[in-house]
Amino acid sequence: MSTNGNGTILTVKDLRTYFNTEDGVVKAVDGISFDLKKGETLGIVGESGSGKSVTNLSVMRLIPEPPGKIVNGDIIFNGIDVRALSIDEVRKIRGKRIAMIFQDPMTSLNPFLKISTQLMEVTKLHLGHSKAEAREHAIKMLETVGIPDAESRVDGYPHEFSGGMRQRVMIAMALSCDPELLIADEPTTALDVTIQAQILELIKSLKSRMGTSVILITHDLGVVAGMTDKIIVMYAGKVFEQAPTGELFSTPANPYTKGLLRSVPDPAHEQGAPLYQIPGLPPDVARLPPGCPFAERCDRAEDICTREYPPFVQINEHHHSLCHFAEEVYAESQQERAVSTV
Amino acid sequence: MLAFTLRRLLIIVPMALLVVSVTWGLIRMAPGSFYSEERTLPPAVEANIREKYGLDKPIYQQYFMMLANVVRGDFGTSLRYQDQTVNEIIFRHLPYSATIGLLAYLLALVIGLAAGVMAALRQNSAFDYGSMAGAMLGLSVPNFVLGPLLVIVFSLWLFWLPPARWGGISNLVLPVLTLAAIYTAYIARLTRAGMLEIMRSDYIRTARAKGLDEKTVLLKHAMRGGIVPVLSFTGPALASLLAGTVVVEKVFAIPGLGNIFIQSVLNRDEPLTLGIVAFLSILIMVFNLLVDISYGFLDPRIRYD
Repeated sequence: MSTNGNGTILTVKDLRTYFNTEDGVVKAVDGISFDLKKGETLGIVGESGSGKSVTNLSVMRLIPEPPGKIVNGDIIFNGIDVRALSIDEVRKIRGKRIAMIFQDPMTSLNPFLKISTQLMEVTKLHLGHSKAEAREHAIKMLETVGIPDAESRVDGYPHEFSGGMRQRVMIAMALSCDPELLIADEPTTALDVTIQAQILELIKSLKSRMGTSVILITHDLGVVAGMTDKIIVMYAGKVFEQAPTGELFSTPANPYTKGLLRSVPDPAHEQGAPLYQIPGLPPDVARLPPGCPFAERCDRAEDICTREYPPFVQINEHHHSLCHFAEEVYAESQQERAVSTV
Repeated sequence: MLAFTLRRLLIIVPMALLVVSVTWGLIRMAPGSFYSEERTLPPAVEANIREKYGLDKPIYQQYFMMLANVVRGDFGTSLRYQDQTVNEIIFRHLPYSATIGLLAYLLALVIGLAAGVMAALRQNSAFDYGSMAGAMLGLSVPNFVLGPLLVIVFSLWLFWLPPARWGGISNLVLPVLTLAAIYTAYIARLTRAGMLEIMRSDYIRTARAKGLDEKTVLLKHAMRGGIVPVLSFTGPALASLLAGTVVVEKVFAIPGLGNIFIQSVLNRDEPLTLGIVAFLSILIMVFNLLVDISYGFLDPRIRYD
């Protein structure tokens, strides 16, 4: 597996990020691997606490240390071993080559500083812009993300913008150095539905225009469906399933993924029927059972599931699933699909 | 902003009058009076005195006479020092208190802020534990213990510094240190807590994700929010520091306002007590107003209307 030969922009291999807490060692990310090709969009899906954000903060080396620590794994960005870099070298990548958009635009912008200050400091730092250049660039970026009257609004403070507008500002800030990789960590979770659609549309169009690779983190399968090329489903710090987007939706090979898919509301079919939800809560990652971490909540769990840790089964070239019964679940999905298309 | 300031300045007048009224009431309710000291006066003399100070009039009349004088800013002459007006006495003793107070304030601000920020940046390090333990000590040791302790060590053992009285710069060192200790400790703890809270916030993560170095993150992004709690504390603190602190002035025999204040109460010197109380309350209210105004400069979200 070459790291940069075939247009791979990011390779994460067996990443393990642990946190030392009073409750013991929390294995927030425990053996995650994936590849991202140039121009591709990867979706990372999972419930709260499944380790999706920690995975990406690890890529940026933004894990607060202590209590966190990347204990194992390779993070290769464009052939650069990110874990081996000094913190100063990492800072040259952050914001310039890998940029991030965060979940809550209400708190992710500094309330004490003008929008212009916050936008300009990025390009002054990374692109060596003068004050005038940086300001001009900031206004241009705000126009790009669709903020009306950017010329005058650039000197406003974050609290003078609505939630959707603030997320646009965040996107403008993230994209202002034309990064090769954009990590969007639940970019629409804090926004209402109509604004969500606008923001996703914006990310999509900017991505195709600028050729940026994107990692989209979300707990909402609806969000990733139309946006991504492939999807990783995470649970309890582990990859449960990994597949191209279309295949994951049509023929999931993991009971957890199936549960997630069933809990997406489908207004066309299930009118009046109660929405399915996966029973129980995600496990405490500080005290994982020896078997499959999902066994307790799984509707097809058998004895072996609570006893033995499941294998990471390869279904086909790009499709993997962490389950004792991956093949069977996959076969079921294929049958269901055949039935529904008939 | 202007309307806000004017409104707040106007409120100071009735508030100060209220404080003065309550003080006056308390003085009058306390048994005895300034002329009832050691020996009993002949009735004729006492009647004369009562007449001179209007004490023979009905109590409400006395109250309104007092209030009318206070409104005009005229507190009359001291009962103890008959040839001096209250205002003269206050402004003669203020510079001593203000000098020590201002120096202690600056010292506390510089050391407290620096220690607090450093402790927050190296949370749970030896420096953090050390400085916070020091701060705890500073908060717990009362200044009537710390003052004499410093005198014993630096004046009586080491002979480095004079133990008391007003004089050269060397006379300032011990009282300023004594006075600054508790404020330094308080500011350090407030700064640390404020900075820690801000450093955990989302926008600091954003700043780091932009590739900014820790110095920029700290000074440009975190500092302003982090010192807001310090600001709330230091405004009123400066007012009370400037106006003199009784204990420190007593320990070091400094002829400041705090000393005079206590003397006036012990002497039942009613005009002087009322004058100092009015001056103090106005000072505290003005500094609170200044703090409230400076919030607006620190935090753009705050609006005055």
